[in-house]
Amino acid sequence: MEQMLNVSSNPHVRDKMTTSRIMQLVALALLPTTLFGVWNFGLHALLVVLVSVASSVAFEWLYDYLMHKPNTVTDFSAVVTGLLLGLNMPPQIPLWMPVLGSGFAIIIVKQLFGGLGQNFMNPALAGRCFLMISFAGKMTDFSVKKNFGGVIDAVTGATPLAALKAQGFAEGSVPVQNLFLGNIQGTIGETSAIAILIGAVILLGFKIIDLKVPLTYICSFAVFVILYMLFSGMGFDVNYLFSHLFGGGLMLGAWFMATDYVTTPITPRGQLFYGCILGILTAVFRLFGGSAEGVSYAIIFCNLLVPVIERLTRPTAFGKGGKA
Amino acid sequence: MKANTPAERLINGIVKENPTFVLMLGMCPTLAVTTSATNGIGMGLTTTVVLAASNLMISLLRKFIPDGVRMPAFIVVVASFVTIVQMLLEGFIPSLYASLGIYIPLIVVNCIILGRAEAYASKNPPVPSLFDGIGMGLGFTLSITCIGAVRELIGAGQLFGAQVLPLADSASGKIGYEPVTIFILAPGAFFVLAFLSALQNKFKLGAAKRGIDPSNPDSCGGACASCGNSMCKGRRE
Repeated sequence: MEQMLNVSSNPHVRDKMTTSRIMQLVALALLPTTLFGVWNFGLHALLVVLVSVASSVAFEWLYDYLMHKPNTVTDFSAVVTGLLLGLNMPPQIPLWMPVLGSGFAIIIVKQLFGGLGQNFMNPALAGRCFLMISFAGKMTDFSVKKNFGGVIDAVTGATPLAALKAQGFAEGSVPVQNLFLGNIQGTIGETSAIAILIGAVILLGFKIIDLKVPLTYICSFAVFVILYMLFSGMGFDVNYLFSHLFGGGLMLGAWFMATDYVTTPITPRGQLFYGCILGILTAVFRLFGGSAEGVSYAIIFCNLLVPVIERLTRPTAFGKGGKA
Repeated sequence: MKANTPAERLINGIVKENPTFVLMLGMCPTLAVTTSATNGIGMGLTTTVVLAASNLMISLLRKFIPDGVRMPAFIVVVASFVTIVQMLLEGFIPSLYASLGIYIPLIVVNCIILGRAEAYASKNPPVPSLFDGIGMGLGFTLSITCIGAVRELIGAGQLFGAQVLPLADSASGKIGYEPVTIFILAPGAFFVLAFLSALQNKFKLGAAKRGIDPSNPDSCGGACASCGNSMCKGRRE
């Protein structure tokens, strides 16, 4: 009786889902592509991912400890940040680089702006771009020295995207089934479209993400690439389109990084708008930009546009709308 | 310390109202030219010369400049000195002239110089104005040399152009420092400026806690409107 008459402020209906539960599920959903990356690229890739996760958690704990703040390691967001950062690294980079990247991601991008929920851009991608700008050579060196039982047998070789950029599209250069399976060059987590889609199904099943952002992102990107093919005179080529869709970081970015709660618009119309801008920017960066890949820059750039998008797409309050 | 004495003006410019870290003025050259410590010193000293000379000249002319056209008058004075300094640099230190580029003519519209002319030199006698200019200029020089040194050290492993940290060489397998190139690019300027400002705030707030008042309201001449000192006790509400 006491409980029933207890008057409290809203919200009155609460979900069982907590931040740490969501983050654990995201980490679980990233597991297939992580395992595939380790199988594909060897033990060093596992070390890179582990060091990245461990250092992210350590920086999070250290910051909280030094600033006398409540410990936020248990919300698992640092684990997800570290995991995403590790999956965004080439397989053979030296191990101090994920440490530096996660330090930048956790301390500068996330904690200095107020911690989880206040970060103005995706910490993992900001860490990746920090390393990309600083060590462009190492971050785009995808050569695998020895394999560990994976399907890659080539010692060197460029990513499908870099090959597209450098040599133009050669017929049958990368078979489409390899793009789906993932036995191609690339960062640790981006190569296998199937493993990423398994993770995406897990996220969709638990209703952690919905289809708005990823689908508008991928569709607007595909439309832009098709238009480019038609207008640049190369004619429609389904292999070229698939190389762009599955050959780089688009899948990982669209399902796992563009959908980050903090840096995505909260209004439904805003999410559609956000996905479209992401797709167009990614295509522009890839097709007309200097480097072969454009997903990470497109996402952090759109993260900065989110406040504007939210303001432009704010829904009308009930009773305030309509043309009087 | 007694206000408006030469020594007080120097300390005020370098510490209390450091133009870069406290007043946050002149951000354009601060962010753009500080890719190395040498550039920082060059830019800082160039600005100091112009600042001291223009402060002195404007203070001497302060009774003759009509209030309504004081801004154009200040600009004419500052632009004359910048032209002189620019020609001297081009003639005698062409390498520095080349590396500072467009930022030398831009000293004309540097807000530290116009700010000191408006807030101090146009209201005070020549000698304190001269020292105010020198103090502010040295504060600016010190700050941007610090920023330049940090960026150069992290971004290239060098200090004043000398290789301090031996670089790694992957070809021969030599272990060494891998320069974090982002620090000599544009984002690095913002990182270093933010961290050095935070650091000096920590020292200043620490000093304030120990009972030392870093923001003696008597020291600023009461020009609250043009003052960025957020810790000032006489702050306008």
